[in-house]
Amino acid sequence: MEVPILKQGAVLIATFQAALSDADLNQLRMGLVQQVVKFRSRAVIVDVTAMDVMDSFASRTLREIAHMIRLRGAETVIVGIQPEVAFAMVQLGLTLEGVATALDLEEGLAYLNEKFKTAN
Amino acid sequence: MSAGEIQVAINSDQDIVSARQKGRQMATELGFSSGDATLIATAISELARNIVAYAQKGQVTLKMVNGLNRRGISVVATDAGPGIPDIRQALRDGFSTSGSLGLGLPGVRRLMDEFEIISQPGRGTTVAVKKWRQ
Repeated sequence: MEVPILKQGAVLIATFQAALSDADLNQLRMGLVQQVVKFRSRAVIVDVTAMDVMDSFASRTLREIAHMIRLRGAETVIVGIQPEVAFAMVQLGLTLEGVATALDLEEGLAYLNEKFKTAN
Repeated sequence: MSAGEIQVAINSDQDIVSARQKGRQMATELGFSSGDATLIATAISELARNIVAYAQKGQVTLKMVNGLNRRGISVVATDAGPGIPDIRQALRDGFSTSGSLGLGLPGVRRLMDEFEIISQPGRGTTVAVKKWRQ
């Protein structure tokens, strides 16, 4: 299942609609990096509210996405990690070190607004 | 609400998703909390991932188990792949976890209540885990 990517001004918003396979995640990584370049986006929000499980592959891919996008000079925020998913991630020993996270889409946008304000 | 036994063939990354979804469904049917069902689904995802990554194909068997005054779920991941030459090393944290080549086995052990592994180089690996309902 492909992840739709919405363009909202200088921000791209990718919203998971369901559980994703590894192939879907790889496709998302390519799609996001390409669109950040195409639209000269300043930030990306990945909304994982609908994600059932964050295993080692998914968290590694999200970390890679954030790092690639940072190399383009843009910012990534992961939003919507469910409490149970967060608990399982910690038990499994997975971290999203160096990647910004926020409670939900609204908080993610607020975080970016604040960040851009201080930068200007 | 019959839980029975479910076998999921693991041949591709799509099957990882299907195995963990079936596991979550069975866990929910058995009365596990949604938090525990997520832990079980995550463990299944990692075990199925190891099969795809190291053995290409295998299977995951999900089963209801009865203990003394308690009920639980058993997950058995089997493959006929290359096996794990050094199980002790594979069970050590840091060798696995979030790294790129990890087996995630110490993490799976923490997610579940019981953990058993049998592996023979050249013959395959079986990881059997259980979680009991709180």
